[in-house]
Amino acid sequence: MANPNGSDNGREPIIEFRGVHKWYGDFHVLRNINLAVGRGEKVVICGPSGSGKSTAIRCVNRLEEHQEGDIVVNGIELTPDVRRIEAVRRTVGMVFQNFNLFPHLSVMDNLTLGPVLAQGVAKRDAEEQAAELLRRVRIPDQALKFPGQLSGGQQQRVAIARALMLRPEVILFDEPTSALDPEMIHEVLDVMTELAQAGMTMICVTHEMGFARKVADLVVFMDAGEIVEAAPPEQFFEAPTSERTRLFLSQVIH
Amino acid sequence: MSTAPGCVSRAVVTSGPRRPPPQRADSAMAWLKRNFFDGIGNMLITFGLLWVLFETVPNLVRWAVLNAVWYTPNAEVCHAAAGACWAIVPEKYRVMLFGTFPYEEHWRGVIVIAIVLGLSVISTVRRLWSYWLFVAWIAAMAVVFVLMFGGVFGLKPIETHEWGGLPLTLIMFVGTVVGGLPAGVMLALGRRSTMPVIRALCVGFIEIIRGLPLVTILFMASLMFPLFLPEGMTIDKFMRAQIAMAIFFAAYAAEVVRGGLQAIPRGQYEAADTIGLNYWQKTTRIVLPQVMRIVLPSMMNEIIRAFKNTTFIGIIGLFDVLRATSTAIQDPTWVRYSIEAYLSIFVLYFVLCFAMSKYSERVECDLAVRR
Repeated sequence: MANPNGSDNGREPIIEFRGVHKWYGDFHVLRNINLAVGRGEKVVICGPSGSGKSTAIRCVNRLEEHQEGDIVVNGIELTPDVRRIEAVRRTVGMVFQNFNLFPHLSVMDNLTLGPVLAQGVAKRDAEEQAAELLRRVRIPDQALKFPGQLSGGQQQRVAIARALMLRPEVILFDEPTSALDPEMIHEVLDVMTELAQAGMTMICVTHEMGFARKVADLVVFMDAGEIVEAAPPEQFFEAPTSERTRLFLSQVIH
Repeated sequence: MSTAPGCVSRAVVTSGPRRPPPQRADSAMAWLKRNFFDGIGNMLITFGLLWVLFETVPNLVRWAVLNAVWYTPNAEVCHAAAGACWAIVPEKYRVMLFGTFPYEEHWRGVIVIAIVLGLSVISTVRRLWSYWLFVAWIAAMAVVFVLMFGGVFGLKPIETHEWGGLPLTLIMFVGTVVGGLPAGVMLALGRRSTMPVIRALCVGFIEIIRGLPLVTILFMASLMFPLFLPEGMTIDKFMRAQIAMAIFFAAYAAEVVRGGLQAIPRGQYEAADTIGLNYWQKTTRIVLPQVMRIVLPSMMNEIIRAFKNTTFIGIIGLFDVLRATSTAIQDPTWVRYSIEAYLSIFVLYFVLCFAMSKYSERVECDLAVRR
């Protein structure tokens, strides 16, 4: 197996997987995952469906529970302890494939609910911050609309703004463009690219190999619950060491 | 197979300018023919139904309108007439509407009815939904309790066993929903709890209550429950009936809410988790608002049923509108006109139920627009 550690070993890792295993019933979905993500690093995880890539990032904020090994996020080791889970969730934002915006709340309320309720931020401050973030994701005039009134691309950008509201140290993207029509993929990827350039630590599960090539510090290929290959993009795309990686790349790059 | 260069597909590809959809021009005769006389079967059904209407409607109109007596203090006049005797309503309406409520205190009942119905109507205007409307309801309930119980501000005290008629029906109904709905929501949440003891208690409670007829629950509350209480402790009959009604409503409301909870996608919970909401914030701000929207039609069904179920309290000796009406027509001079008295009470029930049904329809539309 290729060296699964982060490309930049000089920096202190903000997320670290050490020998992580997970089973769904008898199904061994994560097999000995070792991965260290440094502060400010961008990691893209790719792989065929069912390879465990979404499960892996969902373990980072404990939407899924791992059974063996350690996951340490920002110095906090994830255990069943609710306070630790809450502390980790405060530092980790997440963007989902299906947006998961709250359909009964306006865009503004979708953004401000978390900071106001969970962090006790004053409503007016939260609204100012939300307006600023909506400008940043280029939908400044949609604050009073409801999610159902927006296009898929706009909804996903609202979801990114919502994840940024808690000023996270890391953002997890779980196939953020897979539910979008082709013409909307770019507006979302552009926002993600800007975020990456601003220095955000990101882990993205995605099939957008162009994005991976342009933005990633490390590309991880997973298959059948294992990390098969992990390398900087130049090496990953030009000289993959594993046969499985080559086969996968030949299928996703046209 | 790919086409050779220079070869053009033979498929005809064209499109046209924008135009409005075709209008269906339809004469009245064509409409009648299409809907009522289309084929021998439909013709038979149409003529059959026309015959039934011809046989019944004129008789009904003659009885209910043409030959009816609308107002007379004298039952003999009704006796002489061939039609309905609506005069029983002006003659007996105070007993029908207030039952055993002390006669000279009926004005208090009128205010109670006005407050409950008035606030209900105001509450239907979505523009007025606010914190203040909630406060208004709390204040109104306080006023209703003062008026009903009396004993302060020089009001004559009225015992709950003297309560009756429409004020009793409305109070019982509002109390059932206000007490039962939150209890139902808690039961539904408890049924999905990860804590086995809480889950078992909620499931057991819901299944037992749903497995019993309302009448038996009311009999238990009224006859058996006092036997379990310690010596010297009593809870009055009205409160016992009120609690029984609320519990019964809660069990059904819980299952309606559970259906809604199952319709909320897992992603909503996960998104709420990732923005740091705790269980109660997640439940009250994300889950329940969406659940209530989903279950509105079936919840309104239960609420309307709860309103009609208030007639059951007559069985354990409380004088709701229906029981008060049966009492009112005991008067031997008027007893033969009980049908007219019941019909007018039916109209009262229908108007209130229909209003609730229309209201929920409108709320559904309002909420649908905002999706």
